[in-house]
Amino acid sequence: MANLHTLRRKTVNVVMLTITGLCTFIAAGTLVYILGYLFVHGATSLTLDFFTKLPTPVGESGGGMANAIVGSGKLLLLASLFGIPIGFLGGVYLAEFGGSTFSYVVRYVTDLLNGVPSIVIGIFAYTMVVLPQKHFSTLAGGLALGVMMIPIAVRSTEEFLRAVPNSLREGAMALGATKARSILTVVIPAAKNGIMTGIMLNLARVAGETAPLLFTSFGNRYWSSGWEQPISALPVMIFTYAIAPYEDWHKQAWAAGFVLLTMVLTVNIIARAVLSKRKHIAR
Amino acid sequence: MAATPTTVTTSAGPVRPAPGYWQRLRGGDEAAYVITFMAAAGILAITGLLVLELYTNSSASRGKFGWSFLVTSTWDPVNDQFGALPFIYGTVVTSFLALLMGIPLGVGAAIFLAELAPPKISDALTFLIELLAAVPSVIYGLLGVFVLIPILREIEPSLKAALGWTPFFSGPFYGVSLFSAGVVLAVMIIPFIISISREVILSVPGDQREAALALGATRWETTWDIVVPYAKKGIMGSIFLALARALGETMAVTMVVGNDPKIKASLLAPGYSIAAVIANEFTEATGQLYTSALIELGLVLFALTIVINGMARLLIIGADKYKA
Repeated sequence: MANLHTLRRKTVNVVMLTITGLCTFIAAGTLVYILGYLFVHGATSLTLDFFTKLPTPVGESGGGMANAIVGSGKLLLLASLFGIPIGFLGGVYLAEFGGSTFSYVVRYVTDLLNGVPSIVIGIFAYTMVVLPQKHFSTLAGGLALGVMMIPIAVRSTEEFLRAVPNSLREGAMALGATKARSILTVVIPAAKNGIMTGIMLNLARVAGETAPLLFTSFGNRYWSSGWEQPISALPVMIFTYAIAPYEDWHKQAWAAGFVLLTMVLTVNIIARAVLSKRKHIAR
Repeated sequence: MAATPTTVTTSAGPVRPAPGYWQRLRGGDEAAYVITFMAAAGILAITGLLVLELYTNSSASRGKFGWSFLVTSTWDPVNDQFGALPFIYGTVVTSFLALLMGIPLGVGAAIFLAELAPPKISDALTFLIELLAAVPSVIYGLLGVFVLIPILREIEPSLKAALGWTPFFSGPFYGVSLFSAGVVLAVMIIPFIISISREVILSVPGDQREAALALGATRWETTWDIVVPYAKKGIMGSIFLALARALGETMAVTMVVGNDPKIKASLLAPGYSIAAVIANEFTEATGQLYTSALIELGLVLFALTIVINGMARLLIIGADKYKA
């Protein structure tokens, strides 16, 4: 009896442990499969024209997404101008001046804002910019992406500032620096690499956002000048091209997916290499 | 710590007067405090404004349909009749499917990575899996349309043979369906479950394991009866976080769910989700009531994810992280 019992326990042990290994294999295997498929399919669909030409009309093959690449760049620039200052300064507040109930509320609300679905942020930008202006614009898209950048900018700034040893602050103050001066000339420079990496990761994340752009920056098959016109972005192009019924467009969607994913993953891999000593990455 | 001015003690040496207001302002302390405080308050203001905008801009729909909006299943833009039920149903069903597939796989993999795998392999695999979390959702949609749906078409006959007797797997299958959306969502949330659960399991103190092993428990018994219960809260938190993601996910679902606002028992039938209908119909919405109804859907989605997220955050970090 006792032996049978032990045998059963040992069997359960081996079986369950194998199952967990299998789970890992499936999860990791999916990744390899997805990336492999996309890279093979995307790379073969990619041409030089993709980076230099405008989209062609339906039925005409060739063309590229030069306007969408520039569009994504412009949207990210606007988003950074809006989201990074607020997020960065908010993070400085939490790390250097925080400690009250107010900071508790700010942290909690920031985390909630991080969890708001991107499509809802899109509605927000729509009611704030598109509705009063009565037309889609680059500005509205930039605002939507900027709001999305705030929570992660806050959290990563706070985290990296907190990682700066207190002795540095004390040293600066002992030399007679005011608190503001010590933050500006000692603490922030010490955390610079981490904060910059956080910003890069943040940009990589919003660069792939589609939903908040659908009814803010809308899309544009031509060049968009200035900031007041609708503008196309790479992820939005992937969406419209993927659900369109044209074989040729599907190829372009794969190429765009390849370019977008390569960019996002490159930033992520570099960032993780830079931050390898640190365990937590704000997300 | 907030604005405590540095107290100047006058115990030894020549007495220096406490720096006056003007001096401190020139030193920038007040200015730095005020500027960063305003940024922090700005975050609260933006979030508040977001709620306010959703609320006021959905007033037409809220006024006309009231609470029945949530339980009506007619979605008829032509006759200005709007009910959210098909979308709520689709959102809940696809997210539930995702959890059904994602939890066992994710938690299983997290257990393996934290408890069994050699640290180097574990780190490498975790790195890979966390990269999955960085893949934009539109790319998951792209893969869903061109890779997953053909695969599902292949296995659909055997799926039906096995489970066709239930109402959930009956009826024709066109490829786009609630089931397809559930699978894509599962792939998307697994990395979150794995990376957070693994971290939580790794933080369980080693003596818990040693004590169990010393008492003669097998490796699995130690893991399942001691370590996992210890880490239960954090694992639950990761699941809630994943759920919130699944509920709010837009692009991947929009591309594979089929976009049909009907409630059907069969998971193989096309459906719709809250986020998907906003994405698809917002730009085409003519008339104030139509737009307002879509914004109210946004409000419903917002409320849903806020509640789930709030619970997740409390579970994962406990309240103390916010107290700093």
